[in-house]
Amino acid sequence: MCGIAGIYSKNRATAERVGESIALMMHELGDRGPDSAGIALYREPVPEGDSKVSLYSADPGVDWRLVVDELGIAFDGPVAHSVRASHATFHVPAEAAAVTEWLALNRPELRLMSAGRSIEIYKEKGHPDEFVRRFTLSELSASHAIAHTRMATESRVTTEHSHPFSTGLDLCLVHNGSLSNHNTLRRKLRREGVTFQTDNDSEVAAGYLMWRMREGAGLEEALSGCLEDLDGFYTFAVGTADGFAVLRDPIACKPAVMAETDDWVAIATEYRAIAVIPGAEDAVVWEPEPARVYTWERVAA
Amino acid sequence: MGAGGGVTLVSDPTTEVVDLAATSLRELNSRLHALTGADGEPQRIVVANPRGRHNIAVGLDVPVEVVVDGHAGYYCAGMNKLADVRIVGNCGPGVAENMMSGSVVVEGNASQSAGATGRGGLLVIRSNAAGRCGISLKGTDVVVQGSIGPMGAFLAQTGRMVVCGDAGDGLGDSIYEARLYVRGSVAGLGADCVEKEMGEQHLAEVRELLERAGVSGVDAADFRRYGSARRLYNFDIDHAGEY
Repeated sequence: MCGIAGIYSKNRATAERVGESIALMMHELGDRGPDSAGIALYREPVPEGDSKVSLYSADPGVDWRLVVDELGIAFDGPVAHSVRASHATFHVPAEAAAVTEWLALNRPELRLMSAGRSIEIYKEKGHPDEFVRRFTLSELSASHAIAHTRMATESRVTTEHSHPFSTGLDLCLVHNGSLSNHNTLRRKLRREGVTFQTDNDSEVAAGYLMWRMREGAGLEEALSGCLEDLDGFYTFAVGTADGFAVLRDPIACKPAVMAETDDWVAIATEYRAIAVIPGAEDAVVWEPEPARVYTWERVAA
Repeated sequence: MGAGGGVTLVSDPTTEVVDLAATSLRELNSRLHALTGADGEPQRIVVANPRGRHNIAVGLDVPVEVVVDGHAGYYCAGMNKLADVRIVGNCGPGVAENMMSGSVVVEGNASQSAGATGRGGLLVIRSNAAGRCGISLKGTDVVVQGSIGPMGAFLAQTGRMVVCGDAGDGLGDSIYEARLYVRGSVAGLGADCVEKEMGEQHLAEVRELLERAGVSGVDAADFRRYGSARRLYNFDIDHAGEY
């Protein structure tokens, strides 16, 4: 099972409602994935040279203001932050690489969920409806968002095992399916210097994409590589700074449906999760073909 | 295509409207299962606001007309017997799976595994069908006015499939005795599926199916026939690579 929902806004009015729409979509996919839920939102990009990081704390007593102060001293400038349930997102006046390195050294107990200039990742175990409520998703605007509802088959139910998985700056992956060669591939990727937080099979797919792109592949090329190197069933949705990409395995074992209107493009595991988006009744609806990489990207003005 | 608005609701004592925005799916299906075909019962049931719900109008077994006015989710009109179901929209996976008799018409696109394992009746898809259309077909006739995705008619045993557009890769893989007719291109044939000669009886068969499906302006002579080479019926070590 598991459910995937993604929406990409084509105009400002739709962007204002992205949080609301994806919350409705996640509710519809709740019974496909009642174990945990997560979302990557692309919103409020920070200026070039600055970065945004999302962190998760297993300790509910964490003092996020202290982290703000420490980051402010470390990077010599004002740091903004916003707290959502067990997570917090920081705007730091420094490049992401420097910030994530500092965090790994000085705040190793905090889990890095995402880093980039516009991505924010939030995820938590528990029912998607509870997730949407706790993280007050409905109020958020975003240019695009990708969400996941998880029914665990390959590994444990924890916050860390939940999707999306970060695959690099402003990149993330959600997965519906199961991979059968993930242990072999994880060993291989570890030798290449890729680190993993869990024994989750989907995290290996995320690590694979990260590795391919680090080695110089573009997103489409890295995704096409999955067809050769991953064994198993998958529908992947990958979030990027400018849009998203979709790939299904060569026999399209896991469902996916896409829809497009003048206002938005959406992907969902089931149509009922698209039916709840305003304007869905006029959408063009189709099913992505197996083994074909689909991408939607905002064209630079 | 847009959902809804495809049905003109007139004041008609033989038509009953069930609104899924106000009625549960279980109530709808219970209502349909309670029909006996007796005089005085509605002859036509319109399902309003389906909004992609699963299992709409499954397991019908009386001659009643059901119109689903919008997009349906998984397994719509599954296990159908005698009833005529029309979906004025798209369908999710497994529409009309395991149909015994009657008819199912999808006005839009159908997702994967349309008509799976069907034993009888007629399935018509006015637009395109995705992968695995007619998988393990056991007697249903399938007419697709658009194209079908990959792996169509996989393991199809009997029944007929007419595709007015193109067929994706792996058509008729491991097929038994189902007969496949495709007007457009075939991206690739599956194991043990071959092109066969179009005889007079085959032209007549295509004409009959197009007519029953209400498809006009399509010439039976434009179709090519595909079926089993019958090399995989019994295990033969020389064909081991083809299984």
